[in-house]
Formats: sequence, structure tokens, C-alpha cells
Amino acid sequence: MMRASPARIALYVISALVLVYLILPVLIIAPISFSSARFLTFPPPSFSLRWYQQYFANPAWMQATQVTLTVALLTVVIATPCGVAAAYAISQSKLRIMRIIHMTLLLPLVVPIIITAVGIFFVYAKVGLVATMPGLVLANVMLGLPYVVISVLAGLQSFDPAQEMVARSLGMNRLRSFFAVTLPQIKSSVVAGGIFAFISAMDETIVALFISGGQYQPLIKRMFTALRDEIDPTIAAISTLMTAASFMLVLLASTRQKKGG
Amino acid sequence: MPTTSVPDPSKKHQRREHALMLALVSPALLVILALIVLPVGWLAWQSVDHDGFTLENYRRVFTEDIYWRSFALTFEISLAVTLIALLLGYPVAYLANSVPKGWSILILALVVLPFWTSVLVRAYAWLALLQRTGVINQFLRYLDVISEPLALVHNTFGTVVATVHILLPFMVLPLYATMQKIPADLMQAGASLGASPSLTFFRVFLPLSMPGVLAGCTMVFVLCLGFYITPELLGGGRTVMVSMLVSRNVELYNQFGAASAVAVVLLVSVLAIFFVVSRFISLDRVLGQK
Repeated sequence: MMRASPARIALYVISALVLVYLILPVLIIAPISFSSARFLTFPPPSFSLRWYQQYFANPAWMQATQVTLTVALLTVVIATPCGVAAAYAISQSKLRIMRIIHMTLLLPLVVPIIITAVGIFFVYAKVGLVATMPGLVLANVMLGLPYVVISVLAGLQSFDPAQEMVARSLGMNRLRSFFAVTLPQIKSSVVAGGIFAFISAMDETIVALFISGGQYQPLIKRMFTALRDEIDPTIAAISTLMTAASFMLVLLASTRQKKGG
Repeated sequence: MPTTSVPDPSKKHQRREHALMLALVSPALLVILALIVLPVGWLAWQSVDHDGFTLENYRRVFTEDIYWRSFALTFEISLAVTLIALLLGYPVAYLANSVPKGWSILILALVVLPFWTSVLVRAYAWLALLQRTGVINQFLRYLDVISEPLALVHNTFGTVVATVHILLPFMVLPLYATMQKIPADLMQAGASLGASPSLTFFRVFLPLSMPGVLAGCTMVFVLCLGFYITPELLGGGRTVMVSMLVSRNVELYNQFGAASAVAVVLLVSVLAIFFVVSRFISLDRVLGQK
């Protein structure tokens, strides 16, 4: 190895700087959230929990949190089985149309989100789903589906379908053989897909901006509107909590995926 | 014809199998059709429908100055962001590929860490860092490097800095995946034939990493074209990207036809890019990283 070459040293320095650039913004939020100052000062004059208190004591923030958690949970409950069924069919079926269906299911990743948001807004306005809970959940199911499909398809790739055939030839029906043989082996990918759908629903801002309102506004929408007006350290406290939550979920998802091979 | 897969290979059985599989995909498919295919189709329809068929909305998009400037600015920003992300991402991917396993896992973990922080939270973080009274300005004044705070945010600069930050993982991951597949023997062969390390890099490694470069650049460019939150919060109202044009036409001016036309042009641009790229590399390679 040519460890000491100037090119090699430059590579280390540049990469280190880029990594600092990537990590610094993620790390800067926590100290701000524990600061006692009303306005941004760095380093913070002293530490306090006042912004966390402000978040937990504010009924508007609390209601928004409740909406977010409800929506994210319902999204997972609906998107996961739909996504698993679809991924199973895509991997098993020899129908030519499945390729097109597969691509169609990935559309939410391809279409710029602002277009999706405006489009859904128009359709919801016609059918009266704007500013409703079912409308919000449905939109997030749509946005979360690709994550479940991709994750489960990846899991099914390393699974040998002959095993399910064996179970069926031994007299199990299709449904039972799926639950007894296939599902336990792809469980990790299913859980990971569900977690990604949860995070996507917790995090989704742009569609919520257009279609949510009144009492059914998720946290992230209120954060966005608050950020447009002023920089309130309460948002740093909420951000820190959200970041901690999604890191824990990702950690859970990745240990799951590793176990599944 | 002998079939190995199913106990009963009859036509009737096959039809039942097909019907079952279609039934299994249908819930997911229905959601996608109802909430993305239908709405986008609706937008397309609305862009040409105003008491009968009209191309007026498109004429405006292509001739009026505000629209034209916004599209130009969006493409410029996306191009700049893509190039900067490539310049920053390539060394990181290269380093992750050339160090022992434990180190490369650490580097990749640091790359994907911000990936899982909300885009909105990161916009907030950049505001906190780049503002007039933000961390960076305070630090520079403390060091006496500057006497007046620099205008780092609420302009195109702030938008680009934050956008590159969000999109960089989409560049590094496909680059790393491609680099990993380049056999190390090739580099050794180059060296043993007398080429200098830099010559081996430029003549062997760099060309072989091109599929990764293409995949990363496509993803970053296309995602950047549709960016909304970052320019809205960090652009200070001056950096009007296309998606802001869409939302303003809907929210402020009630110009649904114009908003739809802008949305259709944006979507067609994105699909055209994917189509062109798909002639060179498989789209799975591009989308697989998301």
C-alpha cells in the first residue's frame, strides 16, 4: 500500500471533511434543544429543558403528535400486508403483466413528491377527503408501499420457493404453507419494510401540507409552518426526539435484516 | 409439456393460479392507481382543459419569463448540486472501498446516518448553522475572521449547501456498490505493467466506476429537480424552484391549470431522464438505493 503518498493523504483529508459536513447538522440540533436561550446562540449559555417542557405542555403540539403516531401506525398496519401480498405475487407469478405492475408499484418513488401532493389534493377535493384522517392514512399507505415491496422482494430473493411446494405437496393449503413456511423466513424483511413505511409516514411533509388541515395536522406539517415564520427552539426539541426515534427504528430494522441474511 | 413447479399442471389450475396472483397484487395496485396514477392523470387533463381543449397553459409555461426563469434556475441548481455531490462523494466512496472492512462499515454508517434524519429537521439544522446569528457566523466573528455576518442562507448558496447534504448519500451508495465490483487484480495488473497509481486510477478504475457515477448522478439530479422543502425554507423566497412554482400557483393564486402544466413538464422531464439513462444502465441500479 502507498500509505504516505500525497494523493492518499489528500483522500483522507477530503473524505474526513465531507463526513464532518454530513454529520455536523445532525449533531447540532441536540445542543440547541437543551439550550436556555430564546434565540440561537452557540455554544448555549446554559442548559435547560424548557423547550421540551414547552413541547409537552402545548396541546397543539401534543395533538399533532397524536395524529402523527396514529397515521404512522395505521399506515404500517395497512401497507405491510398489502405490500407483502404484492411482493409475493410478483416473485411467484409468471404473468408478463407482473413486470408492469411491479414498476407501477414503485411509481411513488419516481414521481416528484410535489406532483403527487397536488394531484392527490385535487382528487381528494372532489371526493371530500381533504383534512380527514382516512385521507391522510391512505396517502401515506401509497407512499409507504414501495418500501415494503422492495424490502420483501429482496427477502424473497434469498428464499427457495421449493420449500413452500414441499409443504403443499405434504397437504397444507397455500395460505397455511405461506404462514408456516415462507413468512417465518422472510419475517425480517417484512418487519424492516414496515419500519421504513412507519418512518416514511412520520416524516412525510409535502403531501401533508396540501391535504391535511384542521385538527388532523401531523407534527411535521406544524413544524414546517412554524419554521416558515420563525426559528423556535421548541422545534429543535421535537427534532431531537424525532431523530432519536427514527435512529432507534432504523437500528431495529437493520439488526432484523441482518438476522434474516 | 412437463412442468416441475406445481402438482397439477392443467390449464384450469394455471388460470386459478394467475387469478390468485392478480388478487394478491390488487390491493396494493388499487392504492397506487387511485392515489398516484389517477391524480397525475387528472393533472395532465386539467392542464389542457379550460372550457375545452387548450394549450394556453403550456404556452405560458414556455414563454412567460417567471416560468422560464424558474425552470432554468431549477436545472442550474440541480446540475450544480449533482456535480458538487459527485466531487464530494467520489473520494468518500473510494476511501470506503479501499480500507479494511471495519473502517468501510464505519464510513458508510456515517454516510447513511443523516439519511434517516427528517429532511425538515436537517433544513432546520442548516438554518441554525448558516443564519446571520447562526453557529458559523458567530464562530467566524469570534475568530475575528469577519466583522459583518455573511449572508449564507435565504439565498441560492444556502439552498445548494443543504440540498447537497441531503442528496449526498444517494451519490455515495451507488458509487460504492459499483467500486466494490471492480476486481482489485485489475489495479495490480496495471501497477505491475509499470503504470503509476494515478495512471492506473484514470485509465482503469475511473472508467470502470462510470456505471456508479451515472446511477448516482441520475438519482441526485432527478431528486433535486423536484425539491421543495429545502429551497422553500433556505431559499428565502428568492430561489423559486419549479416545485415552489407548482405550490404557489395552487395555494396563492388558485391557478390550477398553470400549476398542472408546470407539474406535467416537470414529470415529463424526470421520466425522460430515467428513460435515457435506462438505455445505458438498468433502472434497478438507480432506484435500488432509495
